[in-house]
Amino acid sequence: MIKVNRSTVIDAPISAVWDVLRDFNGHDRWHPAVSYSHIENALRADQVGNVRNFSLTGGENVREQLLTLSDKEHSFRYRIVSSDIPLENYVAEVSLRPVTDRDRTFWSWSSQFETPPGLEQEMQQLVAQGVYEAGFEAVRSIVETRTRSQEHSITSASDSKQENGTAMVVGRYGGPEVFRKELILAPPPKAGQVRIRQRAIGVNYIDVYCRSGYFRLLNPPEVPGLEAAGQVIDVGEGVTHLSPGQRVAYACLPIGAYTSVRTMDAAMVVSLPDSIDDVTAAGGMLKGITAEFLLHQVHRVCSGETILVYAPAGGVGSLLCQWARHLGATVIGATSSPRKVQAAYDAGAHHVITPGDIGLADQVRDLTDGKGADVIYDAVGHDSFAQSVAALADRGHLVSYGQASGDIGAWDIGSLAAMSATISRPNYAHYTDTQDKIASSTQRLFDAIEKSIIRVNVEHRYDLQHAGDAHRALQARETTGSTILLTE
Amino acid sequence: MPAVYTSAVIDAPVTRVWGTIRDFNALPSWHPVVADSRIEGAAASDQVGCVRAFSLKDGGFIRERLLALSDYDYCCIYSILESPMGVKNYIATLKLTPITDGDRTFAEWSAEFECDPAQASALIEQIGQGVFQSGFDALKQRF
Repeated sequence: MIKVNRSTVIDAPISAVWDVLRDFNGHDRWHPAVSYSHIENALRADQVGNVRNFSLTGGENVREQLLTLSDKEHSFRYRIVSSDIPLENYVAEVSLRPVTDRDRTFWSWSSQFETPPGLEQEMQQLVAQGVYEAGFEAVRSIVETRTRSQEHSITSASDSKQENGTAMVVGRYGGPEVFRKELILAPPPKAGQVRIRQRAIGVNYIDVYCRSGYFRLLNPPEVPGLEAAGQVIDVGEGVTHLSPGQRVAYACLPIGAYTSVRTMDAAMVVSLPDSIDDVTAAGGMLKGITAEFLLHQVHRVCSGETILVYAPAGGVGSLLCQWARHLGATVIGATSSPRKVQAAYDAGAHHVITPGDIGLADQVRDLTDGKGADVIYDAVGHDSFAQSVAALADRGHLVSYGQASGDIGAWDIGSLAAMSATISRPNYAHYTDTQDKIASSTQRLFDAIEKSIIRVNVEHRYDLQHAGDAHRALQARETTGSTILLTE
Repeated sequence: MPAVYTSAVIDAPVTRVWGTIRDFNALPSWHPVVADSRIEGAAASDQVGCVRAFSLKDGGFIRERLLALSDYDYCCIYSILESPMGVKNYIATLKLTPITDGDRTFAEWSAEFECDPAQASALIEQIGQGVFQSGFDALKQRF
């Protein structure tokens, strides 16, 4: 008989830890070794006797039966019914005790089992480290983050000052199915904060990267999303530019917009003019502010310049085309999809090219009497960078603002001497990190929307709780224009 | 029946902490409120059934009987025979558990007793904080 006993201290109240551990079917949301779990025969997860059937990330199947569950002792015991891993007569206990000194939690996880001769050490290590200690760290990162997080803490419902809401939480990195709906309580705003009842939330491709783990902006379980519009509930001390009842919008870090109510830093939140509705604001803030600083700050586009825009029918691309045309530039759109040529013309491109047999640089030179483009807006990255450099006019400016096709890699600066090129790599955060920057950028954006210089095209609307469907459509490239989520 | 529960984490291996608190006559060496202590009769201090008679720094006099001692569970259980606190049927448990993560010690000190209901919350505070937590604080400082 092999015995394993591991224990740790989690820096969170026992109720927060028990909240995570009590769900016998919840381990696939936090344990890194568990990929998918379900309870057999449609029993409830807290029904003693039930069997959880789950697969490990290595593909092995395990079935475990809940033997005891005690909310009084904060403990449960379970046994392995069948397993692809050679653990026999395995009975384990998970037990929590309160550490009253500083309101923490002592967690012990122990078991005894048998295993075929020769495997003792390997199995003991697998259980102790691969299962128990790995589980400790996973739960620690969840509950310690959650307890610290002001904005999305799941706190006592008895606090009447909390505002109820619903948030879509990314439980772990993965596909659109990892979203789960959670009730949240937004705390009253502290000094410098605002609490917002949100109506519409913008969905951006960066949200997909956050959810999948490609960008480590999000640490599960966490709420994604960068932009939303709604109404101010209340403001904290020192907030003078906003007041209760006012319509507002924002597009900024930190993430956390996929929620119906949110308490956040007020500095990045702007009031909305009556002429701009919530849907337009939620669908257009992030892309519109991006287009604003690309055309007015990174490069001041002037009448007479020729600009090249990749993905001219896309979210930012279509705004760039419309706005640059208004500024007097000659706009060339470059799209890989013949289906999107018309949309590019509709967005305001004077010329649309679809690089194929004739390369992009040659087509651009044909359209510009051999000169090339004065400014190129390229968010394609890896697949386009070389041809963008080749398509530049002398003293041209290549603005690389994304890398949808992958990292660009190392480039020899010396080669840019061939046309005295300027290259910029702007980052949204550096154009939106102060209240003044946000205010001037959004003022210009709202003005452009009000004067119909640009039109934000919100084509797809989903209920907040169907955020996963919105992501599916975005990833399948089924969408054109903006996608938003609506709260009830 | 009023009950008190206090627990803490002590940053030392369980065997070292147990080595300090195991001796039923050793309170003056580690607990800040105890002035002196002796074992009554000719008993050893790890003899189950022995009685320790000790005085507090504020002058109070207390007699307690060792009811159980386990080197296997790192646990001792004792009752109060005589004290100025106004408690009856007072039984307390002091128990250590190893924390494998960091080789530390989880210490729990709990008690159940009977008393005048009007005094219950004051006693719970006095025992939980004045006796148990202050003992843990001293152990935390020691290691």
